[in-house]
Amino acid sequence: MTTHVLALGTPWSGVPALVLPAFGQTAEMVGIVMAIVVLVGGPLGLLIFNTSPRGLAPQPRVNAVVSWFANLGRSLPFLVLMAAIIPFTQLVVGTTIGLKAAIIPMSLAGIPFFARLMENAIREVPRELLDVGVASGASRWQIIRSIQLTEGLPGIAAGLTLNMIAMIEYSAIAGAIGAGGLGYLAVNDGYEQFDGTIMISCIALLILVVQVIQFTGDRVVRSLLH
Amino acid sequence: MIEITGLTKRYGSHTVLDNIDFTVESGSIVAVVGRSGAGKSTLFRCVNLLERPTSGTVRVDGQELTHLSRGELRVARRAIGTVFQSANLLRRLTAAQNVALPLRFLGLTEEEIHKRVRELLDRVGMLHRANHYPGQLSGGQRQRIGIARGLATQPSVLLADEATSGLDPETTGSILRLLTGLRDDLAVTIVVITHEMDVVRSVADVVAHLDHGRIVEFGRVGDVVRRSDSTLSTALLPDQPAPRPPAGEVVWQLRYQEAAVDPSWLSRISRELDTDIALLSGLVETVGGDHAGRLTVRIGAHLAEDKVVHAFAAHGIHARMAQAAGELAGVPS
Repeated sequence: MTTHVLALGTPWSGVPALVLPAFGQTAEMVGIVMAIVVLVGGPLGLLIFNTSPRGLAPQPRVNAVVSWFANLGRSLPFLVLMAAIIPFTQLVVGTTIGLKAAIIPMSLAGIPFFARLMENAIREVPRELLDVGVASGASRWQIIRSIQLTEGLPGIAAGLTLNMIAMIEYSAIAGAIGAGGLGYLAVNDGYEQFDGTIMISCIALLILVVQVIQFTGDRVVRSLLH
Repeated sequence: MIEITGLTKRYGSHTVLDNIDFTVESGSIVAVVGRSGAGKSTLFRCVNLLERPTSGTVRVDGQELTHLSRGELRVARRAIGTVFQSANLLRRLTAAQNVALPLRFLGLTEEEIHKRVRELLDRVGMLHRANHYPGQLSGGQRQRIGIARGLATQPSVLLADEATSGLDPETTGSILRLLTGLRDDLAVTIVVITHEMDVVRSVADVVAHLDHGRIVEFGRVGDVVRRSDSTLSTALLPDQPAPRPPAGEVVWQLRYQEAAVDPSWLSRISRELDTDIALLSGLVETVGGDHAGRLTVRIGAHLAEDKVVHAFAAHGIHARMAQAAGELAGVPS
């Protein structure tokens, strides 16, 4: 058996035609998942913090239950989670392969992750500032909106950055169930068909994307701190 | 007007506030003093109901607060402005947005909020810093913004918890002048929680001394200062240390005992006793609107003790012979 080396592959001129659509798929997957994660995970994080002893409405039982579910979602390695919930995925989106099927496990993994990041960001808001709200006659909702979310925003932005990078990683794993994207392309063409050019292009693009997201996220966080 | 009766706060078996009673008349400033751990902050948090008292009542302008529901309390709290230690401003909001916060909670229109905020910032002399963030302001400026925010809902009572701690003397003075201005112009009742005797001396009308969760002394500052048996009095106007007297001379500790002491007492008593009075050290101040003083003098030993005591008493001054050597050297503050 002859040894194949990574030298073999698509000529550089053919790379964009393969890599750009894959990048588009990754962006679509991460975009949809992030929207779901923020809409569900954000309120969940607020609920976890505010039902804790330090929160606005301590509810030990509610806190314990919600917290337990959030930990559950983060206990499983993503690959295991994705495989384990295939019947559930089938039930919700009617298929177990492709982009639609990837969104379900990615959201289930991302929601508890973001909920914890949200909880941490809100926990950083000094307790005394909540007193300011209470003493000024604010309702709980007003305190959440005007004090917790306002003062916690830099932390929330940092959490979003972290979460988005984690979702890019998950999108590559989801490539295994045919979801497409850069990860899928790298594994399928780059690794399995020994296409060195594609492998290098995918890696370079992934590094670039993650760096850009982190850089932008840091800039946003800094601009939010006065 | 604030009326506090039988206020008790326990955490488990630990009693932090033990049956506190006191009343503060409208338009006056009361200072609550005490050491750390005496229960000052808990009292502060119980008066604005950040903590529910275990028992007892808190009335503000006749309204009893302890039994109100959450919603009713939200409305009632608008009558109580709160100024926090180190101001507690939201870092991500400008000075003007911080002041606007309670007005937004109230649901005022943008136009009304804008107008009120300008008035409030002007009141505390911070109009020129309206669009600065807390990080760009000095400690004193932040505290002014904190006071403006406390006043936003036009409260009849303002609670200030250690509002001047950590500020330099000059800035402290300007904050205290601001508070007296509020009392005089707006007839706001002000409760100042502090451990600084300077604050009591310069602004308080009434002082309450909190120790181990109880009020151990309470009264008009001028009265408390002149009480000879008061620990607060010594703290407010400490006895002055003096050097050991030469042979044939005796050191006396003097304390103004009455409200109206004629400031020319020294030369008058000197004439009456027909002797020289050597002034060694002293502190004469205006406290709570009256003269108050603590002085150490030296008088010839040939005069009878009774005679000297009576001569001073006739002018409203309490005189006590300083005998023990320790009393002369390092007097406890």
